[in-house]
Amino acid sequence: MPSYQLQINGQSLPVDALADTPLLWILRDQLGLVGTKFGCGIGQCGACTIHVDGTPLRSCQLPVKTAAGLKITTIEGLSSDGSHPLQQAWIEHDVPQCGYCQAGQIMTAAALLQNNPHPSDDEIDSALAGNLCRCGTYLRIRAAVKTAATNGGLA
Amino acid sequence: MAGGGFALAFGFTGSSGAFAQPSGAIDDTARVFTPNAFIRITPDGKVTLVSKNPEIGQGIKTSLPMIIAEELEVDFDRITVEQADLDETSFGPQFAGGSLSIAQNYDRMRKAGAVARTMLIAAAAADWDVPVDDCYAEHGSVFHRPTGRAQSYGKLASKAALLPVPSDDEVKLKDPTNFKILGQRVGGVDNLAIVTGRSLFGIDQRVPGMSYAVFEKCPVYGGRVVSANLAQIKTLPGVRDAFVIEGGDIPQELVSGVAILGSSTWAALSAQRQLQVTWDEGRYADHSSEKYHATARELGRQTGTVLREDGDVEAAFARAAKVVEADYAYPFLAHATLEPQNCTAAVVGDKVEIWAPTQTPGGGQALVAKTFGLPTENITVHVTRIGGGFGRRLRNDYIVEAVAIARRAGVAVKLTWSREDDMRHDFYRPAGYHFFKAAVDDHGNLTAWKDHFVSFGYRGTTEPASSARMSTLDLPARFIPDFRLEQSLIETNVPTGPLRAPGSNAMAYVLQSFQDEMAHAAGTDSVKFALKLLGEDRELPPAGGRGDAYSVTRMKGVIQRVAANAGWGKSLPRGRGQGFAFYYSHAGYFAEIAEVSVTPSGRLKIHDVWACGDVGPIINRSGAETQVQGGIIDGLSAAWLQEITIERGRTVQGNFDDYPLLRISDTPSVHVEFIESDNPPTGLGEPALPPLAPAVCNGIFAATGLRIRSLPISRHNLAWS
Repeated sequence: MPSYQLQINGQSLPVDALADTPLLWILRDQLGLVGTKFGCGIGQCGACTIHVDGTPLRSCQLPVKTAAGLKITTIEGLSSDGSHPLQQAWIEHDVPQCGYCQAGQIMTAAALLQNNPHPSDDEIDSALAGNLCRCGTYLRIRAAVKTAATNGGLA
Repeated sequence: MAGGGFALAFGFTGSSGAFAQPSGAIDDTARVFTPNAFIRITPDGKVTLVSKNPEIGQGIKTSLPMIIAEELEVDFDRITVEQADLDETSFGPQFAGGSLSIAQNYDRMRKAGAVARTMLIAAAAADWDVPVDDCYAEHGSVFHRPTGRAQSYGKLASKAALLPVPSDDEVKLKDPTNFKILGQRVGGVDNLAIVTGRSLFGIDQRVPGMSYAVFEKCPVYGGRVVSANLAQIKTLPGVRDAFVIEGGDIPQELVSGVAILGSSTWAALSAQRQLQVTWDEGRYADHSSEKYHATARELGRQTGTVLREDGDVEAAFARAAKVVEADYAYPFLAHATLEPQNCTAAVVGDKVEIWAPTQTPGGGQALVAKTFGLPTENITVHVTRIGGGFGRRLRNDYIVEAVAIARRAGVAVKLTWSREDDMRHDFYRPAGYHFFKAAVDDHGNLTAWKDHFVSFGYRGTTEPASSARMSTLDLPARFIPDFRLEQSLIETNVPTGPLRAPGSNAMAYVLQSFQDEMAHAAGTDSVKFALKLLGEDRELPPAGGRGDAYSVTRMKGVIQRVAANAGWGKSLPRGRGQGFAFYYSHAGYFAEIAEVSVTPSGRLKIHDVWACGDVGPIINRSGAETQVQGGIIDGLSAAWLQEITIERGRTVQGNFDDYPLLRISDTPSVHVEFIESDNPPTGLGEPALPPLAPAVCNGIFAATGLRIRSLPISRHNLAWS
């Protein structure tokens, strides 16, 4: 089985995996980083969203051979303690219901605010349209993104 | 497990403390104070409250402890909440369903907190040698009113642990006007863990040395394995084993299938894609949605079994001012929980340990016991946080599968379903057909109503399948003199089961849409028509399968409030309209108005939904609001976008590309108001959902003149001119 050197949340981590293994499963099964979730496996739900050099990507669609050497950030790397303005806003607005989609939502929102610190309502909806929430917390997601943007938005 | 050897079963009356001391003895031993299974207070002051029911996103892991904390007189942000494992002897029934958690546990949780508070006050009073009535508790301490002395619960724990536990009836509950926590906006207790990606859900569980499993079942429900390319599968990278599991043909129990064990989830999932199985598909492989539609149309032309008959509808039709006939239909729906079904199981000898996201852990334990002939006390069930339930996880098929595989494999196993497995092996909300005929008089009154309900029977036609039944008490039954409800059944092999607001999620759509047609036929405003139909403020005998009376007063209350909030009756241009619907389900009263627009080319937008609900008092104001918003968005998602179709005896859809969920960009603003009262509190997980579909469809009619008589809305061309 081939070996790959992955850059995850500032750490360099070696993994042995088949080349086509989606990064999602490397994170969850091999590295114990279970914050990134499996929802569909076809890039339709956004629960597996991570950052590659700050760009949000669906890790279920990113083979480990492509991920090797890229700067990857997962929800666990967004902050050490939940202090990212989006994490704080999510708590302030009591956003989660079941909670399963929320890490992916936050990762997409974090990339949005990095590029667009004061997004309009339409821009928020557009950026987050790829992240499904089965419980329907969308109204509070909108509110939390706006709050985080007002509070500076960036960690 | 809460309290270990110190725990006393909740409700055990009049027993003396396990550590009664002879008088005069001084005892400095540190003890845990745990007067019941729900509360643990240690001498360091840590207060742990145990939440008994599974958390599926409905918020009861927060609201049940809030109720305990209120009576216990502790600050909610100072306590720790633990999820209970399965232990119904200690906790009572543990399940998440029916919007029942608050209704069934409100009084019990209050008493649990009050018992502990009473004992802590007694311990302080004894320690100070003062009358109990001179003491009171608040913010985690007991105070002596005359002197202002105080002792924290931490300091009191060891002393309180020695006292006899009073019975529920001996303790006084707080006056609700003094509530500090209940009715406030309180954030979910797991929020920090969720937003930082901690391990919480069933799919996150890890047991050292475990293998990762998938389980392939016949796409025609209940079919059996004949043969499979196991030898080839076992050569694939990362595959540890592959074998056939013998099972029955009952989908909610262990069915026949092929298990693949891998060194990782990906190894197992990718091997599954190369699996080739020859199936004995059984005798239902020719079933299809097309055939069901044709059969329904045929049955609808005939008379069905009469379920209810009042007066004489045919005579009423003959003399009516106006008669309307309309046929309605709605499809099978999948649950599509975002966390796919999964379970982790370890079997050692005749002992089983399970980690499962299940709404009915007791049912899972019983199913494992029955399937493998094991005593229930040998089966431990840890209830994880659950990534959406919606009724799917009332079934425990994924549990019995994981245990079967673990037993055979000889190692702990984490079974994960792919999204395709999940969508194709569901217990679907049943489809249904209604053939309506109704009449109005010259004065805007609904006078007669006939519904021939064509539903499904599972592998037969003698009785309706799970969740395919219709109540004989649903409005307008009991409200008009001439009424008839008939039923016919189509045989199906599609497994069906409860989906959020079972029965109601479909019935509200047809009943409130056709009622709107009748209001229109009568030339009457829909809200006025509804209020007239409901009649005088009064209570009707129990309905909704719950034994709760139907209060016309409360129903009218939410209708009038929502109409005011939405500005009902405002003038809107063609292409924009408001639709109204109301429904009573799960003991909750909800009325909703949706404001929609449709472009001439047929593009639909939902702008706003106003909802007014009455469930008695509100427990967690933040949780309550989000359940209503979530139920409405759920109802919209299903009504607008979703259908499961059957071809060759199997489900066609498999993932979110062909079974869409509503996205943030199509989500309306949802305005929620509650009418609160001191009626017994009832739940909010479900009752906000049913009125949404008819409110939106009635709004489309108001905007365009197009009547939506089948769901999903996306099947219809809404172009108008």
